[in-house]
Amino acid sequence: MISLDLRSKAHGRTQVLGPMRIEVAPGEVLGISGPSGIGKSTLLRIVAGLDTRFDGRLDAPAERAMVFQSPTLLPWRSVLDNITIPTQCRPEAARAMLARVGLAGHEAAWPGQLSLGQARRVALARAFVGTPRMLLMDEPFSSLDADRISDLLTLTQDLIAQHRPAVILASHSAAELDALATRRAHLSGRPAHLDYLETRLRAGS
Amino acid sequence: MRLSGVDHRSGIERGVQMPQIDAPGVPRPVALVSVLLLLGLWWAIAAWLGDPRHAPGPDLVLPRLWEGVVTGTMLPDLGATLGRVVIAFAIAMGIGTALGLLLGVMPALDRWLDPWLTIALNIPALVTIVLCYLWIGLNETAAIAAVAINKIPMVAVMLREGARARDPALGDLARLHQMPALARLRHILLPQLAPHLSAAARAGIALIWKIVLVVEFLGRSNGIGFRIHLDFQMFDIAGVLAHALAFVAIMLAVEWLLLAPLARRANRWRQP
Repeated sequence: MISLDLRSKAHGRTQVLGPMRIEVAPGEVLGISGPSGIGKSTLLRIVAGLDTRFDGRLDAPAERAMVFQSPTLLPWRSVLDNITIPTQCRPEAARAMLARVGLAGHEAAWPGQLSLGQARRVALARAFVGTPRMLLMDEPFSSLDADRISDLLTLTQDLIAQHRPAVILASHSAAELDALATRRAHLSGRPAHLDYLETRLRAGS
Repeated sequence: MRLSGVDHRSGIERGVQMPQIDAPGVPRPVALVSVLLLLGLWWAIAAWLGDPRHAPGPDLVLPRLWEGVVTGTMLPDLGATLGRVVIAFAIAMGIGTALGLLLGVMPALDRWLDPWLTIALNIPALVTIVLCYLWIGLNETAAIAAVAINKIPMVAVMLREGARARDPALGDLARLHQMPALARLRHILLPQLAPHLSAAARAGIALIWKIVLVVEFLGRSNGIGFRIHLDFQMFDIAGVLAHALAFVAIMLAVEWLLLAPLARRANRWRQP
């Protein structure tokens, strides 16, 4: 369960985010859309606990994971180490998760040898390997071809259904939001405010 | 704010800007032939000038070098100089790295200290050396301090660039998963700084040994610099060249056998 009661977030003297409430239950995916630069990443960093300089109250599980806008791998460590080192998980768990995202056999590769789609799969494996109770996704599939994205979306749907974390997905891709979000909200204005859109249930949820 | 959809590179190297480092690596046959050619040229000019006292050829200098190394008369001085180089290098790298990282992550402090750094970079080595000897005395501490102080600003400037070029997303990743401090240092910070550390080390070792010789020349009673001082007073040009060559050989060995392999190891992941 993620629960944020935000009063204000400022960068210096500029208020970026206005008052807003966010509650996300386990297994639920809150999709947040909004124009570039509106503060989606700032909001996600607050929920992730990476930015504590805000006015408000955050209640979020400690088992957290994030899929960043770029894959954010350690280029100087092997694919397997990229899972085990940050998450401190066991190598067997990492191997199993790499197989799950379709990267069996790539454990020893350097991240620089992967395609962007493969690197994003590693980032997904890293996010899910510790069975997080909270998952934050910040434009997780940007710069990918449409057919690559649909594969990754299916994979992400399955992983969310299996592990049931509370998810916040920030994206301005309608396809991503349609495929993953169980609830939608839109961030706009300056300082930004959050408007919840009509509840749309995803097929099968 | 982040821009999205503009970065079509594999995204992984994004944010990690690496300085261009010229990596000589292992001496190749060309390098060997080139050194032999230089020796030949030296010999030819010396023979043409025909003045062994002012312009000794390799036929006079190399036997002196050989004799000094084989009979061991040069070894204590080589050892003394090398010891000073190693200690001053370690101190300069340690303090310079710490200072550079501090400045790189604290822009406010950097704005205040940057002019100091510029001044420090421009103080001639000779001035630092003379002041150290005057203030601390004609002793080993002053000698080492003078060399280290000369080198610290350069290391700090290079490591400041390294600290600035860190990928903030990797720091986020580490904090998100609450990686232990040691793991962060080993897997996140040091690999990002490796190219800068390696460039600072290689530029540093070359600078340091030259300054060590001046320090020894001015105020020590052993070491290659001191021997060159004696040769200078005896007008022994072959002696100067032999002592200098002995130390050049050591420094080349350090570069080829130690620093270059370390740099290669740190850059292993950058293979195609």
